[in-house]
Amino acid sequence: MTNILFKSKEVEKVVGSSSENPNYNFGIVKAFAVCAVVYLVVGALVGDIIAWQLSFPALNLNEYLSFGRLRPLHTNAVIFAFGGCTLMATAFYVVQRTCAVPLWSNRMAWFTFWGWNLVIVAAVISFPMGWTQGKEYAELEWPVDILIAVVWLSYMFNFIMTIANRKTSHIYVANWFFLGMMVMITYLHVVNSLAIPVTMTKSYSIFSGVHDAMIQWWWGHNAVGFFLTAGFLGIMYYFIPKQADLPIFSYRLSVLHFWALMFGYVWLGAHHLQYTALPDWAGSLGAAVSIAMIIPSWGGAINGLMTLSGAWSKLRDDYVLRFLVVSLAFYAMSTFEGPVMSLKTVNALSHYTDWTIGHVHSGALGWVAMVSIGAIYHLVTRLWKTDIHSVPLVNSHFWIHTIGTVIYICAMWVSGIMQGLMWRATDDYGNLVYSFAETVVAMHPYYVLRSVGGLLVLLGALIMLYNIVMTIRGAGQPKAVAAQAARA
Amino acid sequence: MTFQEKLEKNIWGLLIMVAIVVSIGGIVEIVPLFYLDNTVEKLTKDEDSIRPYTALELEGRDVYIREGCYLCHSQMIRPFRDEKERYGHYSLAAESKYDHPFQWGSKRTGPDLARVGGKYSDAWQRQHLRAPRSLVPESVMPNYAFFDKNIIDDSLTERKMRALSKVGVPYTDADFAGAAAAVHGKSEMDAVVAYLQVLGTMVKFEKGKDYRE
Repeated sequence: MTNILFKSKEVEKVVGSSSENPNYNFGIVKAFAVCAVVYLVVGALVGDIIAWQLSFPALNLNEYLSFGRLRPLHTNAVIFAFGGCTLMATAFYVVQRTCAVPLWSNRMAWFTFWGWNLVIVAAVISFPMGWTQGKEYAELEWPVDILIAVVWLSYMFNFIMTIANRKTSHIYVANWFFLGMMVMITYLHVVNSLAIPVTMTKSYSIFSGVHDAMIQWWWGHNAVGFFLTAGFLGIMYYFIPKQADLPIFSYRLSVLHFWALMFGYVWLGAHHLQYTALPDWAGSLGAAVSIAMIIPSWGGAINGLMTLSGAWSKLRDDYVLRFLVVSLAFYAMSTFEGPVMSLKTVNALSHYTDWTIGHVHSGALGWVAMVSIGAIYHLVTRLWKTDIHSVPLVNSHFWIHTIGTVIYICAMWVSGIMQGLMWRATDDYGNLVYSFAETVVAMHPYYVLRSVGGLLVLLGALIMLYNIVMTIRGAGQPKAVAAQAARA
Repeated sequence: MTFQEKLEKNIWGLLIMVAIVVSIGGIVEIVPLFYLDNTVEKLTKDEDSIRPYTALELEGRDVYIREGCYLCHSQMIRPFRDEKERYGHYSLAAESKYDHPFQWGSKRTGPDLARVGGKYSDAWQRQHLRAPRSLVPESVMPNYAFFDKNIIDDSLTERKMRALSKVGVPYTDADFAGAAAAVHGKSEMDAVVAYLQVLGTMVKFEKGKDYRE
């Protein structure tokens, strides 16, 4: 298999060209990147508020700010506002650089930008009001769902047309992953959101019971598998080689990684429904494919990590690379943990407990947030052609975020496993040992610990926002030059 | 030139291949559920009294969804000994066949509610919703005292039932005609309690029978 993209000189040309096409639309990338950082702060803030609410229920101040209404706001803010803006910033950046052409349509790109932000505003109003379809991560009501579909298609269409116009011969691997994500999210969103409207703010899913459950978790797990994994692997495949200034370790591995991920991830949703009223065959199929998915997932993680082989010393002083590499370590960890949790025997214990929440956050805070943060720091310096305002602040962000994430995950591991064991504990006479209320009390210290971990992540996000605002404000001023000198 | 290489040079080919490959898993897992007979259990006449929710129960269910109760309470009992002791008989697919959307949940910050119907008195449920910690000091549930003040909008109930009947819930003309009157003047508290009290009570289980073959 000839492989011109992965020979280092070609990578230089495609991924790392120093000559800029002056027609590139970097304005849209800048706008999405800044939004992503703002939404990271908002998402982490709401997340930490609901974590404290679970620790101290008096913090449910009124009907609009109760846990049940704020939780969808948190999940939607981090997934679609922060994650979505990051994906739109990076995909629009990567596709222009790797195809050596500007975006197909600038107007359409700005439509995507304003449309997506309108969706986010709608979410901020909807959820405290209690306007929800009642399906996790797909809570937004039908008018907003239609808007999402239109905006998403504009994003995909612009991306595809830019590739169609490309001046390079091959389509770079990062773009495959972005494309896969866009196609699958279109399917998932459209099918899972099918509903019969009653009013503008109320509708009922057209599916019911067991069918609705399967379709919901087909969506739910692939929001993770495609939105939060495939898309962010696109980021990984561009920004790691670019930041390390080295070609991707193995072309063959990336081909395997891509097709196995596209084919396999789709099957996993059923493992959310083990032992439920979903027929056994579907859950078992989901678990079997989940286990098999360890191979391509680790293949991808290894592909990213081995890109640095022989250049590990770069980690010593490259703050961006540190975020990117640690994100891959978390990716490898959670893509091992996930398949283990899908096994029936483990799932019997872990399902319905905080272990699931811990697993999601090792992926979300460890993998998605870290690879995004790394990519955004990288982007900001390139887009505004300046050094970062403060390297020590980036380093503190790295450590605060990492420690916060580890505290969060460990707290949820302990509470989840403990909860599962307490629920099933029986005494010598076969009676349950603990009432449900007793298990709630036992969770309290871990809920507080989790809130502290979340607070650290929020603090890190605030530091990032400050640092990036200062970097942008300082761009083009003599200070930027001074900063460069200081770093040297 | 290998197939992979062709795809790498042709965005339309790549798009079509991706569109096909990502659809397979979903089709294999979802489509059979709609035509395989054993997906939803067959119950005998004695066992089966599963019916659509009454107007008041339906309004209560909508409040339940609005407040995001499903984020902390599951409605899906698994076939384990401890769950049988704690919550009762494991759940059947048939029991949620009129649930648009399903409310099985994914997390038990609070206990499962699939068979909470009849477990506590109406008075207990009302007090618990108003101030959970007055009855269960360990609880972390928010207070829902405002359910008492909010009156159900009876102009919407019939429309809701008509929408549901379009997607397969067998409401009758009598149900539509009586909808507004059935919820007129009722508070959200009345509705939520009516909904909670019917949960899991519609099947009369035969002892020892295996409902999941």
